[in-house]
Amino acid sequence: MNAPHLTRREFIATLGGIVLSFSLVPTVGLGQNPARLPGSLETNRTLDAWLRINADGSVTVFTGKVELGQGIVTALAQIAAEELDVPLARINMISGDTGRTPNEGQTAGSQSIEQSGTALRMAGAEVRAMLIDLAATKLGVAANSLKVTDGVISAPDGRKVGYGELAAQADLKREASAKVPPKPAAQHRIVGKSVPRIDIPAKVTGGAAFVQDLRLPGMLHGRIVRPPRYGARLDSFDEATVKAMPGVIAVVRDGSFLGVVARREEQAINARLVLMEFAKWSGGSDLPDPAKMYEQLMSLRIEDRVISEKDAPVPAGAKMIEATYHRPYQAHAAIAPSCALAEFKDGKLTVWTHSQGVFPLRATMAKALGMRPRDIRCIHAEGAGCYGHNGADDVAFDAAMLARAVNGRPVRLQWMRDEEFKWEPYGPAMTMQVKGAVAGGRVVDWTFDVWSQSHNMRPGDPDGINLLGSWYLADAKRPGPARHAPQPNGAGDRNAITLYDFPRQRTTHHLIMDNPVRTSALRTLGAYANVFAIESFIDELAAAAGIDPLAFRLAHIKDERERAVIEAVARAAAWKPGEKGDGRRGRGIGYARYKTVATYTAVIAEVEVNRTTGVVKVPRIWVAADAGQIINPDGLTNQIEGGVIQSMSWTLHEHVRFDRNGILAEDWMNYPILTMPDAPRVETVLINRPNERALGAGEAAQGPTAAAIANAFAAATGQRIRELPLTPERVKVALASPLVGKPLNTVRYPVDAASDFGEQGR
Amino acid sequence: MAISLKVNGATRSVDAEPDTPLLYVLRNDLELNGAKYGCALTQCGACTVLVNGAARRSCVTPVGSIGDNEVTTLEGLGTLDKLHPLQKAFIDEQAAQCGYCISGMIMTAADLLKRNPQPREAEVKAALADNLCRCGTHNRIIRAVLRAAQNMGGN
Repeated sequence: MNAPHLTRREFIATLGGIVLSFSLVPTVGLGQNPARLPGSLETNRTLDAWLRINADGSVTVFTGKVELGQGIVTALAQIAAEELDVPLARINMISGDTGRTPNEGQTAGSQSIEQSGTALRMAGAEVRAMLIDLAATKLGVAANSLKVTDGVISAPDGRKVGYGELAAQADLKREASAKVPPKPAAQHRIVGKSVPRIDIPAKVTGGAAFVQDLRLPGMLHGRIVRPPRYGARLDSFDEATVKAMPGVIAVVRDGSFLGVVARREEQAINARLVLMEFAKWSGGSDLPDPAKMYEQLMSLRIEDRVISEKDAPVPAGAKMIEATYHRPYQAHAAIAPSCALAEFKDGKLTVWTHSQGVFPLRATMAKALGMRPRDIRCIHAEGAGCYGHNGADDVAFDAAMLARAVNGRPVRLQWMRDEEFKWEPYGPAMTMQVKGAVAGGRVVDWTFDVWSQSHNMRPGDPDGINLLGSWYLADAKRPGPARHAPQPNGAGDRNAITLYDFPRQRTTHHLIMDNPVRTSALRTLGAYANVFAIESFIDELAAAAGIDPLAFRLAHIKDERERAVIEAVARAAAWKPGEKGDGRRGRGIGYARYKTVATYTAVIAEVEVNRTTGVVKVPRIWVAADAGQIINPDGLTNQIEGGVIQSMSWTLHEHVRFDRNGILAEDWMNYPILTMPDAPRVETVLINRPNERALGAGEAAQGPTAAAIANAFAAATGQRIRELPLTPERVKVALASPLVGKPLNTVRYPVDAASDFGEQGR
Repeated sequence: MAISLKVNGATRSVDAEPDTPLLYVLRNDLELNGAKYGCALTQCGACTVLVNGAARRSCVTPVGSIGDNEVTTLEGLGTLDKLHPLQKAFIDEQAAQCGYCISGMIMTAADLLKRNPQPREAEVKAALADNLCRCGTHNRIIRAVLRAAQNMGGN
C-alpha cells in the first residue's frame, strides 16, 4: 500500500505553564491523491488531531468548532463519547485554538454537526476499533469476542483492560482511514439524549465562562476611539491631556486608528471620552438616503448571476402577479459588546478571542500586523451569542494593536455599546422581486430576483484584510471584494431558489459589489429575507388561485420529509383549511428547507394586530423541524425556539437607523429588540430521523418564522406588508391604504412583450 | 482611595475612586464574574446585582454610594456545590443559550421572588421586561423562574 508519508510537525506552545507538543498537519507526499475523508477529517487527517486517550482513561477531544451558545461543544462531546463508549464525564473538550485544535475554518452556517461531528464520529469509531485490537493482543483473545463498557474492554472470561492502560500503545499519529463504520443509530445510548449542556453550570454560578471573565497577571484595560462616520480621517487629538489622566499608560495612534491603555477599566473608559471630545476628524463617506435606500443600493455596481433556470411553456390564461419585498440592514446586537485579550511578548502575539474562526483570524491578523502566522496564537474563549460576524474579529485586532504598544503586558479590550452598534458589520439590506403565475391551481411560472450586498466579509479573504481597525492605519489595509458563493449554500442568494416543484422558474442573484454600509454574515445570511419573500409570495399566489395556503404548498411538494414537517406543524396548530382572520387576529404559515439541502422547518404563527396603535403581537407560534438524526433533543429544541424568537424580534422590531452622515443606532433605545413580556408561546415538534444525516438547526427557523408572521398579518387584516420590519408606523400605513395590500401587475398570459413582465426577456 | 464594602457576606476593601461604577469594582478588583458589562446605560440588565436584596444596575451605581449596604452577586446566591434554587432551576430548565444575560436574569428574579414568592407567568415577564435576552431563550428563563418559585415553596 502506498500510504501517504506523514511527517510530524511539532508545535510548542505554553499556556499556564503546560508545555504541549503535538502533530497537527500531515504532509502528503507529492503526486499522491489522498482518499477523500468525511466531514472535517478531509482537511485534518490525523486521528490525534481529534482524539487523545489519556493514561487515566479520560479522552481529550479537539475540535476546530467553537461554542457560541448553540450547545455545539456538548453535542460534539456526545458524539465522541458515543463512538468511543466512554462516559461523557471522562471527555475533556478543547475547541478553537490555533495552537492545539484542527483548523475547521469558521463555526458558521449550521455546519458544525456535519463537519466536526462527522469527523469525531468516524475518528471515534476508528480509535475504538484500534483499542479493541490492542486489547485483543494483550489478552490473547479474538477482537470480536471483546465488549466495551464505559471505556473498559472485557473478554468473555471476565478479564478487563481499560482504555488508559492501552493509551501508550495506541498510535493516533496516523491518518484516519474512515473505514470503521460508526455505530448504527439503534445502539446509541448518549447520542439522541437530552444531555445537559456542559457550559451552563458555570454560567449560572459566576464561573469564568466568557472571554470577558479572563484575567491575566498585570493585565491592563484598553478602549478604542472610532471616527464619527465611516472612512473619516483623524486630523488631530489631545494627547497631552489624556496622557496626564489617572492610570493612562499609553495613547496609541496609527494613522486614524486611535486607542488608549490604562491601568483600570474605568480609567480607560474616561480617557476614551476625553479623546473623543477633542479629536478632530475630516472626510468619510456618505451613507445612502434612508428614504431611497433600496433604489440607491440597486443602482450601485452589480454582478448578476442566474442561479437556477427551468423552462416549460406557460398555459394561456394563466394569472400573473408580481410583488417586491424588502429587508433592511439588521444588527447582530450581541448582548455583550465584543471583547478580546491580547499579549505581545518576545515578538509573539497571543489573542484570546470569541471569533468564530480562530485560524482565518490568525491568518488575517498576521497580514494586518506584518507578522508571521506562526508567531500568532488565537485561542477561543466564549463571548455572548454572536449570530454571525459581529465585532469579535475586529476587537481582537484592536486588542493586538494596543498590546503591541505596551509590549509584554496583556491588554483586555471590550468595545463600548455604541461602538458595537455603529461599527459591527450588519446583515445587508435586501430587495426581492418576485413574479409568478397560476393556472389550474398550480404555479406555472416563477421569477425571483434578489439584490444584496455581500454577506461574507469575514477574515480569511485571500484578497483583502477584513478587519475594521486595519482600514484606518497609516498604512491602510483594504477589505476584500464582494463575492458570489456557490449554491446550495449561497450567500445573499441562500434559499433564493424555490424549493417548490415549479415547471418554469428563474432565479437571479444581483450581488451589489459596493459597500456603502458595512455588512457581513448575520445568522442565515440571505435565507431569512429570501424565505420571507418566497413564502409571502406563495400565499399571494395561493390567494390568487383561491386555494388554502397550506394545501397550496402541499400541492407543489413531492418530497416526503418536506410534506411531513408541514403536516406536523398543521396538526400541532390544528390548522383549519380555509381558515380566515377576523380583521385583528389571524394565522399564517411559512416553510423552508434551510440552504435548500439541510434542516426542514415549518412554522405557523398567530398574530394579534392593534388597529389603532399598529402594534403587532405574536402570542403563539408552532414549529416543526426535521434536522435528520437528532443528537440532543433538548439542545435542538433550544436552538429552534431561539431561532423562532430571534426572527420574531427581527421581523417586528429591527432595522439599523442611519442618515446620510452616519449610523444612528447606538443603544437598545434606538435599536429595540423583543422583550420578555412579548415572548410568544412556542410549541415545538421535532421529527427524528435516526438513520439520516444529522443537520445543524441554528438557522433553520428564522426564514419560515418571518414568513409565517407576515402571512398571519395578511390573514388577519387582508393587507400585506412586504417591507420588514412590521413596525407600528408601517402597519398603520398599510391599514389606512387599501392599495398597499394588493400585488402589482395582475395580467393574463400571453403577455404583451412591452409590458414590465415581457421586459424581463422571458 | 480605599473604599470598604460588603459583598457576598464579606467585607472587602478596594482602592478605587468613589465615582467608579460598582460593576468594574466587582469584576476587576474583586474578580467576581457574575455581573456583566452589557451597555452601561441601564438598558439591558446584564450587570444586575442585589443591594440589600433589591435589584440594582451596577453599571451606573457608584461604588462610593454603597456604604454599609450589602451587595450580592450571582456568586453570593449560591455555588456549584450549593446551588440557589434559582440557579438549580436554570440548570434544570437548561435556560441559557449563550448565557451572558443569565446572571442579570437570576438576580432580577431573586428580587422578584423575595417580593412576590409565587408570581404568575405575566408577573415574571413584567419583572424581567428590562432584562434583554438576544438568543431567544425567553420562555426557558420564564419557566426557570416559575420552577424556582415552586421549589422554594413560596417562602
